[in-house]
Amino acid sequence: MTTRDAPLPDLDAFASASAALLGLSLDPAWVAPVTANLRVLAAAADLVGGFPLPDEAEAAPVFEA
Amino acid sequence: MEQSTDWSRAEAGSIAAGVGQGRVRARTVIEAALARIARIDPAINAFTDVTADRALAAADALDARTAAGTPPGPLAGVPFAVKNLIDCAGLPTRAGSKINRERAPAGRDGALVRRLEAAGAILVGALNMGEYAYDFTGENVHDGDSRNPHGAGHMTGGSSSGSGGAIAAGLVPLTLGSDTNGSIRVPSAFCGCFGLKPTYGRLTRAGSFPFVNSLDHLGPMARSVADLALAYDAMQGLDPDDAVATARPAEPVLPGLDSGLGDLRIAVAGGYFARGGDPEAFAAVQVVARALSATRVVEIPEAARARAAAYLITAAEGAALHLDRLRTRPEDFDPAVRDRLIAGAMLPAPFVERAQRFRRWYRGAVADLFADVDVILAPSTPCRAPPRGQTHFTLDGVSLPVRANIGVFTQPISFIGLPVAAVPVWLDGGLPLGVQVIAAPWREDVALRVARVLERLGTVRAPIAELV
Repeated sequence: MTTRDAPLPDLDAFASASAALLGLSLDPAWVAPVTANLRVLAAAADLVGGFPLPDEAEAAPVFEA
Repeated sequence: MEQSTDWSRAEAGSIAAGVGQGRVRARTVIEAALARIARIDPAINAFTDVTADRALAAADALDARTAAGTPPGPLAGVPFAVKNLIDCAGLPTRAGSKINRERAPAGRDGALVRRLEAAGAILVGALNMGEYAYDFTGENVHDGDSRNPHGAGHMTGGSSSGSGGAIAAGLVPLTLGSDTNGSIRVPSAFCGCFGLKPTYGRLTRAGSFPFVNSLDHLGPMARSVADLALAYDAMQGLDPDDAVATARPAEPVLPGLDSGLGDLRIAVAGGYFARGGDPEAFAAVQVVARALSATRVVEIPEAARARAAAYLITAAEGAALHLDRLRTRPEDFDPAVRDRLIAGAMLPAPFVERAQRFRRWYRGAVADLFADVDVILAPSTPCRAPPRGQTHFTLDGVSLPVRANIGVFTQPISFIGLPVAAVPVWLDGGLPLGVQVIAAPWREDVALRVARVLERLGTVRAPIAELV
């Protein structure tokens, strides 16, 4: 995975479509805070995705410190 | 004859010694604790439930056993309370939420409550917390905010808010909290108490309401390192009821607690852990480092990415856990929690899988670091406790949301389950700060040994707030 090159999509539309897929009722007043959180999560995903990992680097099935 | 000690303010070890040696009855200790809770808690809001009848009955039973010659246990008569996501028989496990308090009362206590009581401790109640543990502030829209005993206008930190407040106010000498991203270490810092976040998998989580299975830990908070060790040793052990509980045998820490620093190699975390906070946060680390003569600096690699990955896993697993409730009762959540959970539900799966894969890489990289060092020191929080209700703070000249950023220094550590003793530092007459004493996996003994040295030197301490 590499860091996203394109700008974020219309997150209001993404949130509405995702809510429908998830079976969630999204009150219009909640859209702005939800998309604000999505922007933070997308930035976190970009940061993690920008770190090169080989295909063989698998998640631990049961994590042990 | 009972001595005239103020048992309502005594530490766990003192109480256990007093009860064990017959200098005080457990009932006297519990009555004193209940009276202190009744007098002081209304100003602190640490407790959501006080189990007075149960506690007094347990005290009488303990006194009867002691009178009959049965050894009363290493925590004899010690009053304790637990974050209200841990099951207490007869109470609905509300986990800080409105929704969960409609659940049937727990049929039995959580595993750690049972283990503490088997050692003689006595449960006196359940404690306030941030809703569903998705919180660093100590604010709760359903039960009211916890208030910091050292400054009632300030946050306790969360999400184990009542666990920190109850310790700092001297309501009980021992509490249990949970820590997914910092929820023991943050209130320990803001409330000026000691906390132990053990290695992931060390203490069973059976009988507690989950948040993020990949990251959830339970652990004790107290006013002394010895009390942490007493409780921790009583709670260790195998438990098939928690899928991630370790198969390692218990490794008691009390016998070696006073063995000093020896040849431990201690370093300060640089880079990510030396920026993005108020100067006092780093000054507290330096005070601890000087006391330990630790001059070396190490860089924990990719800590910012580790925090980001923890953030993603938290959002996704938390959302998956609560999806049905988000579908049916979204208006009954704290809005700040609901909006984050809804966003987490919308995360594309590859983002989360990538975070889990990164976690394994990061675990290996930090393990390599521990080949060359035994202890790493880092700030617990980027600042002292902010005023309650504050939504943004400025760190290094950047305005950031408080709720999401208090855990900036704790998240990269719990992400891979490292054990941490959180120690309280008082730089001046103001509110306390916290320092993380971080050890290699399964080396709680090392973290607590160092914390004990710092306590004996007087570098760290957990005084009771002078409230009444």
